[in-house]
Amino acid sequence: MAYSDKVIDHYTHPRNVGTLDKSKNNVGTGLVGAPECGDVMRLQIEVDENNVITDAKFKTFGCGSAIASSSLATEWLKGKNIDDAMTIDNMDIVEELALPPVKIHCSVLAEDAIKAAINDYRVKNGLEAIVSEKTHH
Amino acid sequence: MDIPVYLDNNATTPMDPRVLDAMIPYFTQKFGNAASRNHAFGWVAEEAIDYAREAVAKLIGANEKEIIFTSGATESDNLAIKGVFEMYKDKGNHIITCITEHKAVLDTCKHLEKLGAEVTYLPVNSDGLIDLDLLEQSMTERTILVSIMYGNNEIGIIQPIKQISDIAHKHGALFFTDGVQAVGKIPVDVIADGIDIMAFTAHKMYGPKGVGALYVRRKNPRVKVTAQMDGGGHERGMRSGTMNVPGIVGFGKACELSRLEMADDAKRLSVLRDKLESGLTVLEESYVNGNREHRLPHVANISFKYVEGEGLMMAMKDLAVSSGSACTSASLEPSYVLKGLGLSDDLAHSSIRFGLGRFTTEEEVDFAIQQTKTAVNHLRDLSPLWEMFKEGIDLDSIEWAEH
Ligand SMILES: Cc1ncc(COP(=O)(O)O)c(C=O)c1O
Repeated sequence: MAYSDKVIDHYTHPRNVGTLDKSKNNVGTGLVGAPECGDVMRLQIEVDENNVITDAKFKTFGCGSAIASSSLATEWLKGKNIDDAMTIDNMDIVEELALPPVKIHCSVLAEDAIKAAINDYRVKNGLEAIVSEKTHH
Repeated sequence: MDIPVYLDNNATTPMDPRVLDAMIPYFTQKFGNAASRNHAFGWVAEEAIDYAREAVAKLIGANEKEIIFTSGATESDNLAIKGVFEMYKDKGNHIITCITEHKAVLDTCKHLEKLGAEVTYLPVNSDGLIDLDLLEQSMTERTILVSIMYGNNEIGIIQPIKQISDIAHKHGALFFTDGVQAVGKIPVDVIADGIDIMAFTAHKMYGPKGVGALYVRRKNPRVKVTAQMDGGGHERGMRSGTMNVPGIVGFGKACELSRLEMADDAKRLSVLRDKLESGLTVLEESYVNGNREHRLPHVANISFKYVEGEGLMMAMKDLAVSSGSACTSASLEPSYVLKGLGLSDDLAHSSIRFGLGRFTTEEEVDFAIQQTKTAVNHLRDLSPLWEMFKEGIDLDSIEWAEH
């Protein structure tokens, strides 16, 4: 199966690879997926006092589409308010990266990682976790 | 050196140019139907097939009358197993096979289960070999067939064929082997190995795609299989259909070349394979899968822990290899062969198969080592699991959300 140019671009030049200090109060961490399933994403955000995401980092174990989905997610997160970030939909990622149907689960995982990171930040800062009513699985 | 470098010779091999040369006349001038008994065109074709049949038989120590030409090993596997099941149904309905067989064997057995067959799927040890005691214990009076492959297509291990056939025969069953990966690569002798029926195919031994054979023993015992294709009664009634003359000629030539060059090829390739393996296992947390003593000379299957195989292959874009990971399938199930060895899912997802061949050069192997190392290191830099491993976190202690 051929990958789209955008997937190849993110895969070859992944944006925002790295690690933020998860013990800090203004850092939210989302770790989703499972090694047995062949993909694990860790996505982290750093948030300022206005609830705006100032930095985002990822590391992903998975196929090219999984790496590209998380790389793209970090790009989209930077500069967004956490409430707006919560509305990022996996289908936006599918569209942007032109993922084929067999790779949609990679985008789902990226969306899950975003939500998990934001909720981790919220809970750390005395806000309620937002439960998504969307069901993918 | 041409890029990408082809190291997937267990999937298929390039055709040897000498094979192509032998085939060409049979597409144009010598196009006759081998069954045309009344003119020179038919005789020429028939003669070519006789000649090829002899070359094919000679490679495996068989008599030419024991070779049935087919469209490939998938058809041969089907014909062997279904054909024995139908032919020997008065004697019994029990078949013994193994969980790491090719799908052409496993799915044929599953099909027969729906038609009343009882099938035992033997497990394998962590090195990929079957347990002979367990085989013996599984034999019953109703066992008509033991079907165990010669060499495994994913990990390259070689099963103890002679001991398996002895056990089958001791209990009155026939022994069938899928010899696809072994024939033409290592010495296979149907008499010495006690093989009753064997499937093999041209495109894994530098011959053309779409042509294969089934060896069916004619003496001690005389074996028969019920035809699965009805028609003109070709191939002693066991496989009807106009003969694929150019394909069969190419298959014959490929067998002749393998017989003459196999020993040298095997020696050279095992040196290259060992070089590849030792060059890659210097990487931390990399593991060779399968028994390292009993195996084909040209295959290496290695897991690189904490990176995912498909992602890895994408980084090795100048290498054509294959992976035990299957991130493309809806189920996300990694290789059933590696799982059969007891590998955890994450190690199975992290595996790469390197398949060397007659045309692989040392330069290509050096290139492969360097490309693979770079790719593994790149992906480990991206891998959260690698980071956790380096921090000493036990990954099993984490509650993963299965999706
Ligand atoms: C072990 C084994 N058996 C059977 C087959 C099927 O052979 P063919 O492609 O000739 O149908 C293959 C190749 O894919 C194989 O590796």
